[in-house]
Amino acid sequence: MTTAGRTLTAVKLAGLVLAAAAAIAFPWVFSNPVDTNYGVYALIFVTVASAWNVFSGFSGYISLGHAVFFGSGAYTLGIVARDWHVTGNGVFALLPLCAVTGAVIAVPFGLVSLRVRRHTFIVITIAVFFIFQLMAYNFSFTGGSIGVSAPFLAWSPSTYNDPFYYIALGCAAGMIALAWAIRRSRFGLRLRAIRDDEDRARGLGVHPMRVKLAAFTLSGAVTGVAGGVWFFYLTQVQPPSGFDPLFDLSVVLMAFLGGLGSIAGPVLGALLIEPGQLYLTARVTNGYLSEILLGSLFLVVVLFMPRGIVPTSADWLRKARS
Amino acid sequence: MAREIYQAIADGILVGGVYALMAVGLTLIFGVLDIINIAQGILVVLGAYLSYQLSASLHLDLFLGLLITVPAMFVIGVVIHWAFIRRLRGRERTSMTLLVSYAVALIIEGILYQVYGPDVRQLNAWYVTSSVHVAGFYLPYIYLFGFALAVVLVAVLYLLLYRTGFGRSVRATMQDQVAARLIGIEVNRVAAITFGIGVAVTAVGGMVYGATNAFNPNSGYDLISRLLAIVILGGLGSIGGALVAAVFMLTLESLVDIWSPDWATVVFYAALVLVLVIRPSGFLGRPQGRTA
Repeated sequence: MTTAGRTLTAVKLAGLVLAAAAAIAFPWVFSNPVDTNYGVYALIFVTVASAWNVFSGFSGYISLGHAVFFGSGAYTLGIVARDWHVTGNGVFALLPLCAVTGAVIAVPFGLVSLRVRRHTFIVITIAVFFIFQLMAYNFSFTGGSIGVSAPFLAWSPSTYNDPFYYIALGCAAGMIALAWAIRRSRFGLRLRAIRDDEDRARGLGVHPMRVKLAAFTLSGAVTGVAGGVWFFYLTQVQPPSGFDPLFDLSVVLMAFLGGLGSIAGPVLGALLIEPGQLYLTARVTNGYLSEILLGSLFLVVVLFMPRGIVPTSADWLRKARS
Repeated sequence: MAREIYQAIADGILVGGVYALMAVGLTLIFGVLDIINIAQGILVVLGAYLSYQLSASLHLDLFLGLLITVPAMFVIGVVIHWAFIRRLRGRERTSMTLLVSYAVALIIEGILYQVYGPDVRQLNAWYVTSSVHVAGFYLPYIYLFGFALAVVLVAVLYLLLYRTGFGRSVRATMQDQVAARLIGIEVNRVAAITFGIGVAVTAVGGMVYGATNAFNPNSGYDLISRLLAIVILGGLGSIGGALVAAVFMLTLESLVDIWSPDWATVVFYAALVLVLVIRPSGFLGRPQGRTA
């Protein structure tokens, strides 16, 4: 390794440690529930955007149906807690169930949708998304349009957000570590080979279906857990909030803005967009404006910076150095 | 029971004709430009609002209003193509255009909410509320008129594509863009006009949709998912496939509706998934070659 390379690694490591310290210290510095609220949502979306990226960013199959996993995770918790009469802090022991639900849904979903070409895949994910939203409306065990409520947590309002913050931080950190490990692994290499040329990858002995399905299932499981955390935090879920088309678009936008396929990109995108969106919703009385802004931002990103912030600035750095 | 079934089939075919027209616009855009235009759904809703505005402020008949809304939607289509779609190049172009059109849809939806608010509206005219009694069936005039207009327009599109020089350019571009450019076809102009035509038909679809359904800016999601199901089922880029799939899906939905209105829409999407398991390229789609 060259000296420059070693310095860069050291800088990266220092940055990582700083970021981790800042993330852990955040609720102490900004102890106001209004601020920690931003933190909880941002971290939930960091988890989701990273999970989305491990499948879509690495394989090139863009999913507009991850709300299926998110909503299903939320509903799983709500329904199980209601029917098994789980109350108090014990509800958090149910979070692994969300991962199971996400994975169980992802397998048949993937088996059907991953057989077709990339753009048809996007459309099928949208169709499956609508099937789930309609099912949530129509079944009786999902509570119809009223939805499901979470068990009440008798915590003090002033510190209510903090445990959620650390749970979300744990999910986010775990997912980022997982994404990093996958990117360096043979599995990650196979995924990227599929993204670059699926036919050639097949010729070289990669089983595209197996690899894609594994990534899709993993991504779905993590998104399910994030949905579960989100549900406990929000304490309720209805069909249009659990299965929200804007959710899908936001996640894709986060990954695109930060940099599709990189590790830091979706994290950065989520940290920029989710608090921004929350801030807008809180400040602007008219909720439709945030929709217009989200769409416009998306257009700007895709048209002028299609590779995202992280790869683009990495290019600048490289140019500046040489 | 038998009567109900026949009635459902008749309804399904009539409504299916209108969906066929909207779906042909979508599939034509895909065939020529390799774009899945997610904004098609909200553009139908926009067409419905344009008709609504014309009939509310100018008291113009809905069908006469089409003389204004169709060219207006054509222009909107050309502008969308010029401003956003044209600029996208590269390997992931199809996926990118899909996201771009989704963003465009979001912006249009937001603007419609700003202007009209979330209240549901419906277009009104004498032929919306009265129906004709034929062979034991009650058929609302709007279904009949809408179906007739859709059939005429699909026929016009067919003639345009298969009997004119422009149509030949379009079909050449669908087959091979590079070769089309080499023999002197102005591919960009063909693409812009095709996008315009594909969007212009939403004015008609929107008017009939608005007269037969209560709509608000949120209706675009429902529409686009139906239209996507139809064009994928028919095989992306296949005009005949879109026609068959539209009538098939709407009839199926209308039949399930007798048994349970709540589940009719689910069956609609489930049918799409099922068909794709058996035949990934759709009813009349070209068999797929490379997976990219």
